[in-house]
Amino acid sequence: MKKLIIALVTLLPALAFASGGAHTLKAPIDPTDKVSLQNGAKLFMNYCSGCHDTQYQRYNRVAKDLDIPLDLMAENLIFTGVKVGNLMVNSTTDKQGAKWFGGAPPDLTLVTRYRGTDWVYTYLKSFYVDPERPFGVNNTLLPGVSMPHVLQSLQGVPTATFETDEKGIKHIVKDEHGFAIITTDGSGELSDGEFDTAVTDITNFLAYSAEPSKLERQSLGYWVMGFLVIFFIFAYLLKKEYWRDVH
Amino acid sequence: MLTSIVNWIDKRIPMTDTFNKHVGQYPAPVNFNFWYFFGSLAMLVLVNQILTGIWLTMNYTPSGEEAFRSVEYIMRDVEYGWLLRYMHSTGASAFFVVVYLHMLRGMMYGSYQKPRELLWLFGMFIFLVLMAEGFLGYLLPWGNMSFWGAQVIISLFGAIPVIGDDLTLWIRGDYVISGATLNRFFALHVIALPLVLVILVFLHIVALHEVGSNNPEGIEIKKPKGSIPEGEKAPFKFHKMFTDKYDIVDAVPFHPYYSVKDIMGVVGFLFVFCFVIFFAPEGGGYFLEKPNFEPANPLKTPEHIAPVWYFGPFYTILRVVPDKLLGAGAMFGAIIMLFLLPWFDRGSVKSIRYRSLAHKINLIQFCVCFVVLGALGTMAATPVANFIGTVASFGYFGFFIALWFYSKNEKTKPLPERISH
Repeated sequence: MKKLIIALVTLLPALAFASGGAHTLKAPIDPTDKVSLQNGAKLFMNYCSGCHDTQYQRYNRVAKDLDIPLDLMAENLIFTGVKVGNLMVNSTTDKQGAKWFGGAPPDLTLVTRYRGTDWVYTYLKSFYVDPERPFGVNNTLLPGVSMPHVLQSLQGVPTATFETDEKGIKHIVKDEHGFAIITTDGSGELSDGEFDTAVTDITNFLAYSAEPSKLERQSLGYWVMGFLVIFFIFAYLLKKEYWRDVH
Repeated sequence: MLTSIVNWIDKRIPMTDTFNKHVGQYPAPVNFNFWYFFGSLAMLVLVNQILTGIWLTMNYTPSGEEAFRSVEYIMRDVEYGWLLRYMHSTGASAFFVVVYLHMLRGMMYGSYQKPRELLWLFGMFIFLVLMAEGFLGYLLPWGNMSFWGAQVIISLFGAIPVIGDDLTLWIRGDYVISGATLNRFFALHVIALPLVLVILVFLHIVALHEVGSNNPEGIEIKKPKGSIPEGEKAPFKFHKMFTDKYDIVDAVPFHPYYSVKDIMGVVGFLFVFCFVIFFAPEGGGYFLEKPNFEPANPLKTPEHIAPVWYFGPFYTILRVVPDKLLGAGAMFGAIIMLFLLPWFDRGSVKSIRYRSLAHKINLIQFCVCFVVLGALGTMAATPVANFIGTVASFGYFGFFIALWFYSKNEKTKPLPERISH
């Protein structure tokens, strides 16, 4: 019996690990960094929102939470001409998306909640040139990606290094952590470091979009926990007082 | 003024008398321990679910087109909507945590044994309705796991011969899971089953107060009338309904003794509950599963369809049986076994403190198997997992079978006359 329990206890974590997914980089995001969030919003609206909606979120909510003045928001980040209280829906229809890319571009409001922030961060850094794909690029994290490399003007042209094994099959060269080694040609507007920051900011913004009340939730949480600690002291003393003559 | 109002009411309905019978002068054993918090906590969570549920309903739209969007509307545009939603979603998991611990308490101290069989049965019906509530409620956010989870569970009914296909059609109200299914699940989740649940909880408490609470010693606090000298009776005023028939020993009135103690338990529970709500509302992907942040999509099956953790043990039992119908039978059988627990146990000693070593080992192995089954239910089915799951399933059913055999002539320790504390 004991042996069985030990066997089970040791096996369970192994099983848990076995079901793990692909390698991702850790996204160095900071949800309290307003500058990063503002930059992320700017990049998202300019590079992503043409095709991807964040249809559950409203422009004025973003403006309020990210300290962006409403008039600046309306002038610079709303491209569809709608009022600032509207949901952030673009003018690309699902039908057009399906025609252009083979599938409607998914809504990204909650992408970090079902894919994870690390996934989004890694995904944006994992494009590489692949002439066999319709848009000339592929992605190491999501092979066969149907999206063009929209950040290419920022990053430059990303190239993966390949090696050919003895069977003649081409493989992407990976570093010791299992990540593809991707180099850029320097034609982008940003240096590698600046590009990393840009991708971090976009991820940060999407993480914010997925749960705009997160910071409020956590800061309220400290008050609630603090209150409960004090409440517990009094509840304990009250119980002790009543039970004194019973014990 | 207040007294005259109370008198006015008491002349018309037995308000004070009912309060005294069930709260103010209700004799509760003096030795309740940690495990006795979970009954009142289950009540607290029920109230939490009903209240947050009412407010969520005010803003939720039960339709295939709008359900997912309306949940995000609650999360973003409704004042403190996120708090209501997390209280409700965390409450669902918390409900099962406290109910499972409450049931374990009953198993440890033999609270299901004669004369408390009916009390246990009402409790089991509550558990059953609770599982139905959890299942129905999980479809309502209309996320992709909502959809596919419901798909898996409803298809189980399709395994029933002859009527299976028609039955699934009748449950769904459509040929596939659709807005029609969502609407009927909503109706059942917000009104039909909560009504049943509240009635069952009422009956559970009526049954409890008729036979009286068990306690960790598993011995009665109600002794035959006249058998206890005056000085040894519990020095409190209990309702005449109890004292006319019995001499009460080692007891305290529920209020204020256990009401103040339960407040302490409530605050302790809220500390953990609020920690999850405010700092980990997704519960590491177990309370709110990741694929459920994508809208329901009949064309996109999640990589790994896992039920919510609280269905884990029963889902694993279903999965390790190769035949679908037999699997569903085993799964329902696992719940039926729990229903029949009072009759599997043929012993007369209640508390694990005075029962045999065999029983202690048996109960421990049952708990281990239950936890292992639960963990496996949330993981992908691999051959190794299925093997472990099969072993644990045998352990689960074996508990009841073994209990039936050894409990008849079990070597138990002598019971004390009185609760020593």
